[in-house]
Amino acid sequence: MADQTTNPIAFVADGTIPPSPPPANQTGIVKWLRENLFSGATNTILTVLSLLLIYVLLKNTLPWIMNGVWNANSLAECREILAGKTGACFAVLTERWPQLIYGFKYPTDAYWRPNLAFVLMLAAVAPVLFFDLPRKLLIFTALYPFIAFWLIWGGTILVPFVALLGCVAAGAVFQKLGKNSFAAGFFGAIIVALVVWKLGGALIPEDASEGAWLSAVPSRDLGGFMLNMMLGLACVSLSVPLGIALALGRQSNMPLIKWVCVIFIEFIRGVPLITLLFVASVMLSYFFPPDSTVDLFLRVVIMITMFSAAYIAEVIRGGLAALPRGQYEAADSLGLDYPQAMRLIILPQALKISIPGIVNVAVGLFKDTTLVSVISMFDLVGMIRGPILASTEWNGVYWELLGFAALLFFVVCYGISQYSQWLERRLATDHH
Amino acid sequence: MKKSVILGMATIAGLAAGAAAAGTVDDVKARGKLNCGVTTGLVGFAAPDANGEWQGFDVSLCRAVAAAVLGDASAVEFVPTTGKTRFTALASGEIDMLARNTTWTFSRDVDLKFEFVGVNYYDGQGFMVPKALGVSSAKELDGATVCIQTGTTTELNLADFFRSNNISYEPVPIETNAEAQQQYLAGACDVYTTDASGLAATRATFENPGDHVLLPEIISKEPLGPLVRHGDHEWGDVVRWTLNALVSAEELGVTSANIDELSAGAGDNPEVNRLLGTEGTLGEMLGLDADWAAKAIKAGGNYGEVFAKNIGEETPIGLARGLNAQWTEGGLLYSPPFR
Repeated sequence: MADQTTNPIAFVADGTIPPSPPPANQTGIVKWLRENLFSGATNTILTVLSLLLIYVLLKNTLPWIMNGVWNANSLAECREILAGKTGACFAVLTERWPQLIYGFKYPTDAYWRPNLAFVLMLAAVAPVLFFDLPRKLLIFTALYPFIAFWLIWGGTILVPFVALLGCVAAGAVFQKLGKNSFAAGFFGAIIVALVVWKLGGALIPEDASEGAWLSAVPSRDLGGFMLNMMLGLACVSLSVPLGIALALGRQSNMPLIKWVCVIFIEFIRGVPLITLLFVASVMLSYFFPPDSTVDLFLRVVIMITMFSAAYIAEVIRGGLAALPRGQYEAADSLGLDYPQAMRLIILPQALKISIPGIVNVAVGLFKDTTLVSVISMFDLVGMIRGPILASTEWNGVYWELLGFAALLFFVVCYGISQYSQWLERRLATDHH
Repeated sequence: MKKSVILGMATIAGLAAGAAAAGTVDDVKARGKLNCGVTTGLVGFAAPDANGEWQGFDVSLCRAVAAAVLGDASAVEFVPTTGKTRFTALASGEIDMLARNTTWTFSRDVDLKFEFVGVNYYDGQGFMVPKALGVSSAKELDGATVCIQTGTTTELNLADFFRSNNISYEPVPIETNAEAQQQYLAGACDVYTTDASGLAATRATFENPGDHVLLPEIISKEPLGPLVRHGDHEWGDVVRWTLNALVSAEELGVTSANIDELSAGAGDNPEVNRLLGTEGTLGEMLGLDADWAAKAIKAGGNYGEVFAKNIGEETPIGLARGLNAQWTEGGLLYSPPFR
């Protein structure tokens, strides 16, 4: 043992060596850069070119944005402030902000009404979009259209009340009769709703809106991004159920229903939206006497809804066709009748498949609402192209205004598409 | 059965439309508002301002008619129309009159069944080029690229002009005036052609208006005027003579400054007296109050004042009176006498 103490072993490892860091070029940002941006000659060249492109873009746009003038009363004033430097004239946005959002004729002291309607809209769509929320909230969603109508258009509360009453009565009749025969329930509900509306409409006095708590705003006075939102929301929410009905109708065994649906879908898909809008705004005013025309907003909603319903019907038909035949047979073998089979077995699966397509149509529809500017409705684009660019103060401001419009639309459309991706992940029941 | 219902509805609609067309003056009075069709926006001629109030040269005429008929210059419902919807809006009865820088042409007057009641602005098609191009006459534009709005009379006028002068050009078709401004500034075309008033308004918005010149050639006649439906002559008379009243007022020296004094009692100029209703029964003949013209002039001043306020040389648009001066000053404005 003495040997050992006098000649101690030079080195004994009494633990594992701590791992040394990976080589500098195999870790962190360097590795990421090497792998993703410079992994070969071609990619390196592409990276350098892209960086150059980004640099050139930023070099031109950044000063433009940073130098932007936010406080001025006209384009000429903007130019004076800039004194020859490049810079945007965002003052047009600050000065015309309410016009861009609400249109130029919506009463200024009533801006809180669409604002409130917008906030309530978020609350109303939440239970539809997110299934985890309590189902009781759907009652508010069902009431929301009537509340929103009353808030935005104002006037007497009796009008939305009678409309609601008609819908409730129709629902009750459908519950009662629909158990035995779908057709009896369906047509009974329609007749009852019409009767209630007619009676209620007759009971509302002509001047009911005169002293109403919320002053009445005619449809002509709506405008700006508010109009785009209203058209988009109304048309999407109406056209999805209609599209489902059309898709099912097209697959029906009953020739009359089938052919009505086929002709409707094929006709609408064969016609550009803009011609339908012209029919709504121009042709219909020839057919009706001048004082009793249907409200222009309603006409436009009907036309856009019909248009997008035809497209959604085709998207859903694709979903229905993608289901294996066995699913239909399984539903039949369980003894389910047609409405039950559709509601419980077929549609949940078919709609899941159709989500990307439906969202696609919805996003397209929302952007198509800007087409109403050609029939002299002042939506966001109509406001920009018409009143704002035609004012002596702001004639000549293009990038700022149209960029702002693009930004608003991008925010909404990107939100919709992100939601649909979340929904698909949420509904993914198959395991890959 | 269905067919007969549809036919019945069409008949009712037709009858109602016919009834509405019968007496526009009475309709307007009963409604308490004038439905006036204007453009969705044209610099200086019609556009809502930051407060949502419609302003402009065409708008002033609507206000004057409303003042003459209803006694209230603000009793106007402005119905914005596009180039495509304007004629149907008027024909269907949605609007009572159209004051939307519309060129008076044969086919519009005769074939479309409208009645142009006069001319409130004499326009003509002109050319704008960058000064750097060094061109002083449209006849030197051989081989030029020209920005032109499609589907307008300007397109046809341009083709005629270049063909009759035996020079060539290359058209760059564009949709709107806004697009044209951008294209022209970006150098997509050497020349921009449209109505001279539009060119002046466009140039006024440029960063350096001095770098661009309007060529002296005016190659077409574009008399812009208000119009009403065929068949209702009483209403046509009201609009026509309201316009004439504004023109005559300028000729006779009646302005918004001195009108209160002049209309207080009969003065020593009989035509002014007749115009302002202090003498004679002209208002009664039109079915209006005796002081209808006075109210129309009070709405926004006489023709010259309206012009100066909206599109005249003091405004950013800076149009000279030119053809739109009184006949006594070498222009074309010539109102028939109030007698």
